[in-house]
Amino acid sequence: MLDAAQTLPAAAGVGYKPQHFADILKDAGDVRWLEIHAENYMGDGGRPLAQLRHLAEEFAISVHGVGLSIGGEGALDRDHLARLKHLVGWLNPASFSEHLAWSTHDSHFYNDLLPLPYTDATLARVCDHINQVQDTIGRRMLLENPSSYLAFAESTWSEPEFLAEITRRTGCGLLLDVNNVFVSATNLDFSPQGYIDAFALDQVGEIHLGGHDEDEDDHGKPLLIDSHGAEVVDPVWALLDYTLAKSGPKPVLVEWDTDVPEWPVLAAEAARAATALERIPA
Amino acid sequence: MSVSQTDFTRAMMDANQPVPEGLLDASGGPAGRRFSVYRNNVAVSLTEAMHSAFPLIGKLLGKQNLDGLAGLYLRAHPPSSPLMMHYGAEFPEFLAGMEQLKHLGYLPDAARLDLALRRAYHAGDATPVDPAQLGALAPDALMGARLSFAPAMQVLRSPWPLFDIWRFNTEEDAPKPRHEAQDILITRPEFDPVVQHLPAGGADWIDAMNRGATLEGALSTIHAQHPDFDLSHVLALLLQGGAITHLDSKG
Repeated sequence: MLDAAQTLPAAAGVGYKPQHFADILKDAGDVRWLEIHAENYMGDGGRPLAQLRHLAEEFAISVHGVGLSIGGEGALDRDHLARLKHLVGWLNPASFSEHLAWSTHDSHFYNDLLPLPYTDATLARVCDHINQVQDTIGRRMLLENPSSYLAFAESTWSEPEFLAEITRRTGCGLLLDVNNVFVSATNLDFSPQGYIDAFALDQVGEIHLGGHDEDEDDHGKPLLIDSHGAEVVDPVWALLDYTLAKSGPKPVLVEWDTDVPEWPVLAAEAARAATALERIPA
Repeated sequence: MSVSQTDFTRAMMDANQPVPEGLLDASGGPAGRRFSVYRNNVAVSLTEAMHSAFPLIGKLLGKQNLDGLAGLYLRAHPPSSPLMMHYGAEFPEFLAGMEQLKHLGYLPDAARLDLALRRAYHAGDATPVDPAQLGALAPDALMGARLSFAPAMQVLRSPWPLFDIWRFNTEEDAPKPRHEAQDILITRPEFDPVVQHLPAGGADWIDAMNRGATLEGALSTIHAQHPDFDLSHVLALLLQGGAITHLDSKG
């Protein structure tokens, strides 16, 4: 079992899909660590937990939550917090991360990462929730930047400043998804490099990469949609290089959650991430 | 103009509602169809969750029909938990209430079977007893024994030929469903749930065992209704499925 103080290696990882279980154990290629969605491993037993116990003996594991609704107006779900504490407790993963988003409102869970405005009020609420999570699980968490399709008129903070202020107030770290940066920058017409320049890179404990879909808005302007259902595009790989040159080596994860390909395709994406890590300028 | 999460979810779940003011595109204009990304994501992800939860219903009705039902269901019963492994619990009753599906009376039970298989898949692990342990008991001791069952074991009672319907839709060259009521026994020998036809009386016998009866006591409760009940057959199904986790023969 991994040491509690251990963090993710500054190497390539992939989002774990059960259909890749045998392939990963046979030939993981450049993959040194795996990320699981917390909610899929909150059952009582059976294959999911057996596979996870097995993988945790060979790989560093990152637990990535998609259901806490940290940006929600309402209180955090105590039952869900307790389940998370239990999972993190027995698995002792190398990292736990969640999203700057909400998914539960009025006790309904919408199974999507929904956006919030960046104001002093939402800042205070998000920080309260992060403090509650970190107190409950007894460790530092990472918070991920979202993909944005629209903006809130009421926002008074930029996203990088908002995230940096959250780390100052709560001591949490950040998960920087460079595909989300590229998607948001395209959709909201800002410079992705400028966003990276403003980001608290010293607080980043993990980087995400993933694929997106292309659509158009009402005015024929490009509308990118974070789908995790395709290969990472070249401009996002370039943005990863730009980021790593500034941040130094970080754990880099490739996510592929819909239309999941055969293992060799995902392994090739991980190999490309490993290459990006190797050629960081000194 | 501030947008509450109540405003946001109301517009997200009902495409006839206007997009909340205060949501903007890159040039400060109304968000318009950008908001549809959220409407679409929620509908697509919850529809996919229904397809993975209800494979038998998908086979019986076809993908398009289940897509349509999933769209109605997600508005009638949005998830109440972030665990998708629990989503769809009210789908059998929802199907039973659909006027246009009344002629397919077995559908709610088919949905209950899908739910039971998913519960079995995620159920807690348990070490089964060695079948030799039962074989080693003298007949009197065996009939005086009490049993505990694995969390994955489940019994479904149905007035429909539920086992035949399941087999007809999951096995090649399976015979057409007979006209009879069939109960089902679900076990999980290792990781994959197994569906078995539980003979008449079996469900009542297992109920009695679950209430703490001895083998003989449970048999006597069903004997009048099911004089031909084959205990050794049901015991064999349970043992093959690793469903017996404890044997107490001390009386």
